[in-house]
Amino acid sequence: MSPETAALREWDRFTLRERIGRSAFYILAAIALIWSLRTIEIIPEFLYDAPKQTADLFVRMWPIDWSWYPKVVHEALIETLHTATLGTILAVLLAGLTALLAARNITRSVTLNLIGRFILVATRSVHAMVWALFFVAVFGPGALAGTLAIAVHSIGFTGKLLSEAIEEARPGPIEALTAAGASPLAILLKGYWPQVKPAFLGIAVFRWDINVRESAVLGLVGGGGLGMALDTALSNLYWDQAGLVLYVIFVVVIATEIGVSWLRGKII
Amino acid sequence: MSDIPAPAPTRVAFPPNWPMRIGFAVLALYIVYASTILDITWTRFIAGFGHAERFLSRMFPPDFAPDKLALLQSGMIESLQIAVLATIFGVALSLPLGLAAARNLCPAPLAWTSRTLIALFRTFHPVIVAILFVKAVGFGALAGVLALIIASMGFLSKLIGEAVEEMSMKQMEAVRATGAPFLSVVVMGVMPQVLPRFIGFSAYQLDSNLRNSALVGLVGGGGIGATLFTAFQRFDYDFVLTIVLTIIAIVMVGEILSGWVRRLFQ
Repeated sequence: MSPETAALREWDRFTLRERIGRSAFYILAAIALIWSLRTIEIIPEFLYDAPKQTADLFVRMWPIDWSWYPKVVHEALIETLHTATLGTILAVLLAGLTALLAARNITRSVTLNLIGRFILVATRSVHAMVWALFFVAVFGPGALAGTLAIAVHSIGFTGKLLSEAIEEARPGPIEALTAAGASPLAILLKGYWPQVKPAFLGIAVFRWDINVRESAVLGLVGGGGLGMALDTALSNLYWDQAGLVLYVIFVVVIATEIGVSWLRGKII
Repeated sequence: MSDIPAPAPTRVAFPPNWPMRIGFAVLALYIVYASTILDITWTRFIAGFGHAERFLSRMFPPDFAPDKLALLQSGMIESLQIAVLATIFGVALSLPLGLAAARNLCPAPLAWTSRTLIALFRTFHPVIVAILFVKAVGFGALAGVLALIIASMGFLSKLIGEAVEEMSMKQMEAVRATGAPFLSVVVMGVMPQVLPRFIGFSAYQLDSNLRNSALVGLVGGGGIGATLFTAFQRFDYDFVLTIVLTIIAIVMVGEILSGWVRRLFQ
């Protein structure tokens, strides 16, 4: 290429395909926005008194009814924390088994891998509150339904990350153990487990943090814990009690987040 | 060991790991303790399985009656609209908030104010935010949209703030050295570095909003959640299954779509 032609060559930031793709995306986004704005149902009468209602909300929440804490909220808080913890333990156990099924270097069967993967996707797509509705219908309202909802919903997230960690394990130690004639269980415990342990603990703790948030709202559909207290306060229109529950949730979530980041720093 | 001198201390390949064993014992004790606190008993569990059998038999086959399908369609469309609006407005609002939270771009007081706001948005579950908005703006889709905008802002602003703090300062300084005003510095020095990641997060947020738009309806925020909750309360379990299957299908389509958007901008 001579210097003249090189100077005349046009440089583009995007290829034609990228241009078309991106333009199509922007047009689609604009259409979706306009369609949603035009057809969504908003009741104007509700909107007019929104500022008044919002002010009313905060006025009613203040002062917070502290006397309600020892009566109901403390017990609900303990229940929420246990629901989240027990749900996470159960989830980690179930997710561990599913992850073994889904990991291609452990289960050498494509059909079983796909079944494992399907379980991971399906449990994750249905939200914990919808799982809670199911389990409330089956086991009746209470912490049992909440715990199972947390556990089943967490399988997908935990299992996906775990199976990825297992698939990334170095084959060296595994081959050494196989060569020494170790049993499959020994290979799993002494070959894979030490390699995935840090990831495993990190994932479990991270999921526990998420589950504390989730379990605080499960009570709204009958899953026990703080949500139940919130539901009671709201249906009685005791906004000062609802304010107390919201305050407790805020403190607990911030505290678990700080605790978890400290714990993760120590594990990893 | 007899009178033969031990050749060398035998090396145990895998010595017992006592801290680990104690850890597992404590964990087992905790499980028992927490189960009693939560009143989780084996008999309840077994009794539940009897219900589960009846429950599942009432769920199958899923209900595809025309009147139910019409309900499903209107609820689902409203959920989609909630997700679209919440994502677009959430993305548009979280960009300035995220930039304001970056400590290398903004003065400390502004950065800390934004960070506090983001922490506040992130702490509350979208369902709780939806409850507050239902009280503020009444039942319906608007409350759901507002709740999910808050949730999107909490998630996206935090990540965008972190992305800006991790970026290379050289490009920004180069733009600044030409005497460009602040807005130009942001557009030319900062945005090109963080835009691909921002688009990636936004695409993920679309997924997340699709999932959550099914939730806000449970507390009066409009969309398919309300239909789902009503179906549960009426013991219309076959219709419940139809709704849940539709939600799963839509969420999966959304995941494919957001993957496509991510590839487009990478």
